Amino acid sequence: MTTEALPVPRRRFLRRPIAPTGVWSWITTVDHKRIGLLYGFTAFAFFIIGGLEALAIRTQLARPENALLTGDAYNQAFTMHGITMIFLVVMPLSAAFFNYLLPLQIGARDVAFPRLNALSYWLFLFGGIYLYSSFFLGGAPDGGWFGYEPLGRQLAGHGMDYYATGLIILGLASTISAINLLVTILNMRAPGMTLMRMPVFTWMALVVQFLLVFALPVITVALFQVFFDRTFNTNFYNIANGGDPLLWQHLFWLFGHPEVYILVLPAMGIVSEVLPVFARKPLFGYPVVVFSGIAIGFMGWGVWAHHMFAAGLGPVANSAFALSTMFIAVPTGVKIFNWIATLWKGAIRFTTPLLFAVGFVGLFIIGGLSGVTHAIVPADTQQTDTYYIVAHFHYVLFAGAIFGLFSGIYYWWPKFTGKLLNERLGKTHFWLMFTGANLTFGPMHILGLQGMPRRIYTYARGLGFDFWNLVATIGAFTIALSILVFIVNVMRTRRRGEASGQDPWDARTLEWTTPNPTPEYNFAEIPQVHALDEFWHRKYVEDEHGKVVPVPAGGSNGHDDPAAGHGAGHGGHGIHMPSPSYYPVMTAVGPPLIFWGFLYSPLLIVLGAFILLSGVYGWAVEPASE
Amino acid sequence: MRNPFRGTRLAALAAVAALLLAACAKNAPQDTLDPAGPVARQIDGLFKPVFWIAAGVFFLVEGLLVFALLRFRHRKGRDGVPEQTHGNTRLEIAWTLAPALLLAGIAIPTVGAIFDLAQRPADAVQVTITAKQWWWAVEYPDLGVITANEIHIPVGKRVDFTLKSDNVIHSFWVPRLAGKQDVVPGHVNHLVMEAETPGEYRGQCVEFCGASHANMRLRLFADTPGDFDRWVNEQKADAAVPAEGSLAARGMAIFNDPNLCIRCHAVGGGPGSQVVAPSLTHFASRTTFAGSIFENDEANLRRWLADPPAVKPGSLMPDYGLSHEQIDALVAYLESLK
Repeated sequence: MTTEALPVPRRRFLRRPIAPTGVWSWITTVDHKRIGLLYGFTAFAFFIIGGLEALAIRTQLARPENALLTGDAYNQAFTMHGITMIFLVVMPLSAAFFNYLLPLQIGARDVAFPRLNALSYWLFLFGGIYLYSSFFLGGAPDGGWFGYEPLGRQLAGHGMDYYATGLIILGLASTISAINLLVTILNMRAPGMTLMRMPVFTWMALVVQFLLVFALPVITVALFQVFFDRTFNTNFYNIANGGDPLLWQHLFWLFGHPEVYILVLPAMGIVSEVLPVFARKPLFGYPVVVFSGIAIGFMGWGVWAHHMFAAGLGPVANSAFALSTMFIAVPTGVKIFNWIATLWKGAIRFTTPLLFAVGFVGLFIIGGLSGVTHAIVPADTQQTDTYYIVAHFHYVLFAGAIFGLFSGIYYWWPKFTGKLLNERLGKTHFWLMFTGANLTFGPMHILGLQGMPRRIYTYARGLGFDFWNLVATIGAFTIALSILVFIVNVMRTRRRGEASGQDPWDARTLEWTTPNPTPEYNFAEIPQVHALDEFWHRKYVEDEHGKVVPVPAGGSNGHDDPAAGHGAGHGGHGIHMPSPSYYPVMTAVGPPLIFWGFLYSPLLIVLGAFILLSGVYGWAVEPASE
Repeated sequence: MRNPFRGTRLAALAAVAALLLAACAKNAPQDTLDPAGPVARQIDGLFKPVFWIAAGVFFLVEGLLVFALLRFRHRKGRDGVPEQTHGNTRLEIAWTLAPALLLAGIAIPTVGAIFDLAQRPADAVQVTITAKQWWWAVEYPDLGVITANEIHIPVGKRVDFTLKSDNVIHSFWVPRLAGKQDVVPGHVNHLVMEAETPGEYRGQCVEFCGASHANMRLRLFADTPGDFDRWVNEQKADAAVPAEGSLAARGMAIFNDPNLCIRCHAVGGGPGSQVVAPSLTHFASRTTFAGSIFENDEANLRRWLADPPAVKPGSLMPDYGLSHEQIDALVAYLESLK
């Protein structure tokens, strides 16, 4: 994005950061690619923490009546595991891909609001640190990621205060990011990049941003109610004064179910990019895959009460939500059929990204089918709040979302770094994780049907739970091992990874028309888009027999020459990019300080508000670039 | 790597077979797939066909996926670009309609069963359960029986549970007899169940309710009508009074110390006598205690009385620092409350 330099106002209290490298260049960056990498790195760090919490949970449950963790420690562990994996891992990891790739996929030089983008990241990071500070300040949230009332109101200590306020900060980060990306996708597409020429990943990202913009206000209202209840003794969930615990459930799941699609649609988008590349065929039924994603986005708003089939809503409401829940399976199934049809008659190359994408499809089917059994309300009254549900959503969110995200990591790693991750280690990672996921979450179906409730820190002998719990624990450590292999792969690739070149996978979409890693300005010249799978059409044409052949050397298919146009001529000089800024990170320091202030000292509220307002003021008078 | 998926898929098949075998396991007293009454059987009758349909879809779709992967893998020497097919409208319509019709087929009996199971028969035995943190207060309003954590019902009769909470949300569940029903403060919920054969059925709280959620269990005994009537009469009888000078009598004195047990526990109280803590009128007739986590025997009682929160986190019953002699006397008294 180029911006006319505005007249420089006099009143500024921070000098414009100029260093092109070093720590401060990262802290003040507004480059969507650097912010994407920051998101990715931070989310991966939280993935390790959330994974350690999972290992603690699984170790505790490895055998009956285990006393490794106290009940209190266990409740904190499972609460923080859920919050971490949802809000600090899968959402920001998806945001990492959105940030890095969306501008590249639509042929833009940055997002619409680069400084807001930086603010989103810093709010996410500080929100995460804020939440985790609770461990050192008296105890982490211990009422479950779903924070049911009135238990949340009742729990002692500051844990559930951190829950309410921490999620408000993270919601703020996601809302700002969602608005930013919506504007980016709708307004900043390169010439010719019509909506129906957008890559499916960009499409799914667009749906997700809409879901975020509408879902987050709902949970924010509910979280403020809890915050007010706990801090100012209001009565939103005070039963004695007429508060209704079901209000929280409705609000929470009205956010919580769209949230499921917020978590899984990005992975579906990634898989829709990866399968065509490695089958060397276009995505089968592109418009159907796009519209089924949109349909899921809409229908996702009408199924929330299936989380409440045991709450006593009555047969009419239960029937209505049973029907809506069943029929949301249709667009999901349509996507799966289209993915299989994409592979059909392809020339499938078994690379690591493909394995993870196929792993996603194969395992998501299991999560989808168990999801249909939840729609059978009477059966769900047996399943809900048991390990059967834990199995279901881990097939959707671990075997689904995380597999999809790893597919994206392996696929786009060259884009991010210019190097290819090692294939042998990548495949080892995949097979260990595939085995581990099934060992961990497969047996949980059985445990749930055998009557093992969720969220119990201990279980009695003689209930038939012992064997499969041990298997699940072994599976969890297998997953941990697979992640270690991934880390080794990253380290090794950093030191002596194979250079990828510009187009290592023979890809189809616009982001691969720029060098790897991507130059700061993305595109030396804003590309002209003529087709869906633009890059593929620049590389291949049909010959006179209708056979697809590479564009002959020196020939032209009538489009831009792919070799030209990435700065060969002028090396990117003269392209005006938005300048770095201190103000986003400064502004983001404010909210956690303010919320700490409510817990500990009004002085912190004043300090936080001062920093927040100073950041916003400095921001307002700072020209976007100079 | 020629057939990269073959080994794993065999393992997956084996896992599915194992699942089916495990479903038949006989050592799981909370097994939802082993219904022991008409309500649970109706639910099971709905779940099993859906399970088999899902299994069919699973093998069909995974089969297509695996076939596509194996059949259409890239082979050396064939470097041509595959045909660039973009879609097929008929196929799209087919695989949109097929699952929709299948789901519609499942929806019909589902909605029927939802309304069916919401019925409350007028002649049912009435039991009121009040969920506490972390135990169950049990009352039979028509029979004048008050007890805790252990529920007796007559076989062959529908039982209508009225479920209340005065604290947080809990969920009442006896898997072999019925699905679960949340117990929501401010709401009154109902759950109907029936047992076909006499015996002991296990259950526990299934909504996270705080520190000792895992320690909120229950036992349900289905009795023959004769046994049930006998049990009701025993429960309605006055509490036993120990012989003067006995160890149990000393225990009763300690129990009735205004700073100790009697603060919260009633022996011989009427309705409303177990707001804070379980009524102990016929404590010794119960097989378990403390949210049904301990078998009711001397060793467990001693362990419990010595330091309740140590064995049941968050327990309202504090560690009173009772001496060995006091505990001996209390155990003798409690065991005398037949």
